[in-house]
Amino acid sequence: MAIGYRLSAIGFSLSCRLAVLPSPMTLSPCPPTPPSPAIAMRGITKRFGQLIANDHIDFASPWGEVHALVGENGAGKSTLMSILAGLYRPDSGSIEIDGQPVRFRSPRDAIAQGIGMVYQHFMLVDPFTVAENVVLGERRKGVALELPRVERELRELSDRYDLGVDPRSRIWQLSVGEQQRVEILRLLYLGARILVFDEPTAVLTPQEAERLIGTLRGMAAQGFTVIFISHKLDEVLQVADRISILRRGKIVASTTPGETDRHTLARLMVGRELASFVERPAAEPHEAVVPGEPVLVLSNVGAIGEKGLPALRNVDLEVRAGETLGIAGVAGNGQTELAEIVTGLRRVTGGTIQIAGRDMTNRSAGQIARAGVAHVPEDRLATGLIGGMDLSANAILREYGTPPISNGPFIAGKATASFTDRLIANHDVKTPGRWAKLRTLSGGNQQKLLLARELEGAPRLIVAVHPTRGVDVGATEAIHHALRDQRARGAATLLISEDLDELLALSDRIAVLFEGRVMGILPARGADPEQIGLLMAGVAPDPSFAGQTAAHG
Amino acid sequence: MARLGLPRDYQIERAPAPSRGSTALISLLSVFLALLFGGLLLALAGENPFVVYQAMLSGALGDWNGVAETLVKTTPLLLAGLGVAVAFRMQLWNIGAEGQLYWGAIFATGAALFIFPTAPAWILVPAMIAAALFGGGLWGLIPGVLRAWFGASEIITSLMLNYVAILFSEYLVHGPWRDPAAFGFPGTPPIPDAGWLPNWGTTRVHLGLLFGLVAALILWVMLRRTRWGYEISVMGENPRAALYAGMPTKRTILLVMALSGALAGLAGMSEVAGIGHQLQRNLSPGYGYAAIIVAWLGRLHPFGAVLVAFLLAALTVGGDRLQMSLGLPAAIAPMLQGTILFFLLGGDLLTRYRLSRRVPAALPDPLDRPHEAPQP
Repeated sequence: MAIGYRLSAIGFSLSCRLAVLPSPMTLSPCPPTPPSPAIAMRGITKRFGQLIANDHIDFASPWGEVHALVGENGAGKSTLMSILAGLYRPDSGSIEIDGQPVRFRSPRDAIAQGIGMVYQHFMLVDPFTVAENVVLGERRKGVALELPRVERELRELSDRYDLGVDPRSRIWQLSVGEQQRVEILRLLYLGARILVFDEPTAVLTPQEAERLIGTLRGMAAQGFTVIFISHKLDEVLQVADRISILRRGKIVASTTPGETDRHTLARLMVGRELASFVERPAAEPHEAVVPGEPVLVLSNVGAIGEKGLPALRNVDLEVRAGETLGIAGVAGNGQTELAEIVTGLRRVTGGTIQIAGRDMTNRSAGQIARAGVAHVPEDRLATGLIGGMDLSANAILREYGTPPISNGPFIAGKATASFTDRLIANHDVKTPGRWAKLRTLSGGNQQKLLLARELEGAPRLIVAVHPTRGVDVGATEAIHHALRDQRARGAATLLISEDLDELLALSDRIAVLFEGRVMGILPARGADPEQIGLLMAGVAPDPSFAGQTAAHG
Repeated sequence: MARLGLPRDYQIERAPAPSRGSTALISLLSVFLALLFGGLLLALAGENPFVVYQAMLSGALGDWNGVAETLVKTTPLLLAGLGVAVAFRMQLWNIGAEGQLYWGAIFATGAALFIFPTAPAWILVPAMIAAALFGGGLWGLIPGVLRAWFGASEIITSLMLNYVAILFSEYLVHGPWRDPAAFGFPGTPPIPDAGWLPNWGTTRVHLGLLFGLVAALILWVMLRRTRWGYEISVMGENPRAALYAGMPTKRTILLVMALSGALAGLAGMSEVAGIGHQLQRNLSPGYGYAAIIVAWLGRLHPFGAVLVAFLLAALTVGGDRLQMSLGLPAAIAPMLQGTILFFLLGGDLLTRYRLSRRVPAALPDPLDRPHEAPQP
């Protein structure tokens, strides 16, 4: 019954398609590769108001190919894939799947044609088992009774594609990488033959990313078409058969890893050369630090996280003037809380925090900011900026209480205007003007304004959390440049990032957090990404390493 | 965002910055539809819609008497509406203007009758104003304290406190404060003449209207130009950013709720001192609730509130006059008013929000606010 359902869902020309396309019921031998490409999108155009997200895009991919889509933020990658996955309807253009014209009105239609998308944020119900999550997607009656059969089929699929997922385990017990494989498994169960991934490795440790890449290659070898959106050029070069580059809603080039390199790809993405982006971070000489006075000292700090569980345990860290301490770790291992306790947004439950020699444990955010601490928060629109207000209002968030911006009980209009214009000019924020609503700016320009505001007044300590997340490469370069300047000026920086390249490029030392503990601290120069990856995954360091940790303690 | 009873794949979401043109078009269209639908109702009731609309318009604004009566109704709507607007600016959903209005009236009456019964006007009127601001402010402060320290929803607490305030004033006028000379009519004795607000000519328009206009001006300057106004805006737009910037959130919640209540209290005082000259039953026919409409349709802007309070007052006066001028059944006017408001609010909703198909959210809502905005 379930098999019948799935077959009918896949549609016409069943048996041959199934043979070409991997599926648990591939039983009958069929003629080899059919001539039709898996996907043929022609003349796809999608507008959002004034913005043309996709401008007459032609995109095609044969069966068995890993096809990477790269481009800056806002280049139109996600829009194009959302159209393929049935989330958006194109304004014009046509889609053919395996040679058959299709028209999707919803993701359900797309999955019925064998197209499944794995998002960055998984849509799984934590307390449920893997099998239960899969069944959730089905609307038929009585599926609950068929759970044992679903589990058996999932186990077969998992074995066949080496996903290593136990259909009976509960989602909350699984790591992020495993949850991602559950998403893949679910799509396979629903009959997907074309898998679309939106920045799949962004949330993974290096080891998990490695494994995912292996999985994707294996699936392509078995006839699946895999499309993945990525910013990481090394990864793209490693995994893709074909690479398409989008810029401003158009495909500007389509190439293969053999024909191109990082440098060329980066240039195609932005349409100009970029200095820091293409250089290997490890190769970049970082002038030796003359360690200054300790600016931030955490001693034996503990804190409770959002879920009421310990998020930081016995954390000892020190950041000196002119030094950048990078914090590596897989999301959710205490990085968020670390930034919050240092900047006064969360209370510690134990230990002390010293800033510039003064005890600042559990002081308010305002007091800590006045002590010379800049904060580039994790989620700029949720914490550091006010989307519904204009640029001036955002620019004066730190300074509104002090002259010349403050004038008695009033806010001085002229001083505000000149202050805002200065920030905009000095940090090259692209905007129609200071009266524009902040929300209308691109992510990169929002971040540049935030950074400009925070670096105003020469802070002693900068707490920067994911400073370039969701920011295009041009802005990333500007932000990295600004942070390097601050280090050279003598500011201490606590840099929290999930981007290992960024950490290696900017840090003097890197501390790895795992489950709220500092697993180890190592010099960034010559650091081995593999070793950092192991620490991120909670694998205890070797003895020589432990000594180093203690020494830094 | 609150879920309305929509089909499962649809949701209401904030519209991307609506253009001025579309806003104007929607507003015009909603007025047109309101009149059309109201006209249909009237036709069903056997009335000529054109005659009725004509009568409403001339009743409210057709002569000086009508204009004056409209201005009389504008006064409490404006004062209470300003109070609601300042709280809503900070996303404090003060639904308690009605109760705060009553406490303003109670305190003002008490000051006039029992504390300064013989004082001259230049002492008594300011004393009544101060008492009303204090009484209304105190009543607004209660939900503020509960919100700031215990995270209790001010929507619920301020609403519930309305009933306490209204019933307590009933108790006073039926019981301890009842005028023994009033033959059993519920109401306090009249306040001393010195406490009466001066009228404009022979009309019932009184000094309270000036209070409202001055308050609108002060609020406008405060919200736009002062540090405190800036803090209120930031806290309203993004409470987490306010915390990040080290703003004193709790203190501001208390002050804003007190200010909001004080303005509503002033509305109560101006009704007592300008119109009734005593505390009586049904002092307010729901001004505190209509104030929510005033604040919202006025886009939480002080001058917007002035405009909307006037229009709403005109609608009320025009509707009330229908009974007299055309002898329409008493139920027609409120029905018509309700219809017109329904379309205006609906049109307003459409300029700010739009209906869209639900798309699986790739990102959870980053804004984790204690309360969600109620649908206007």
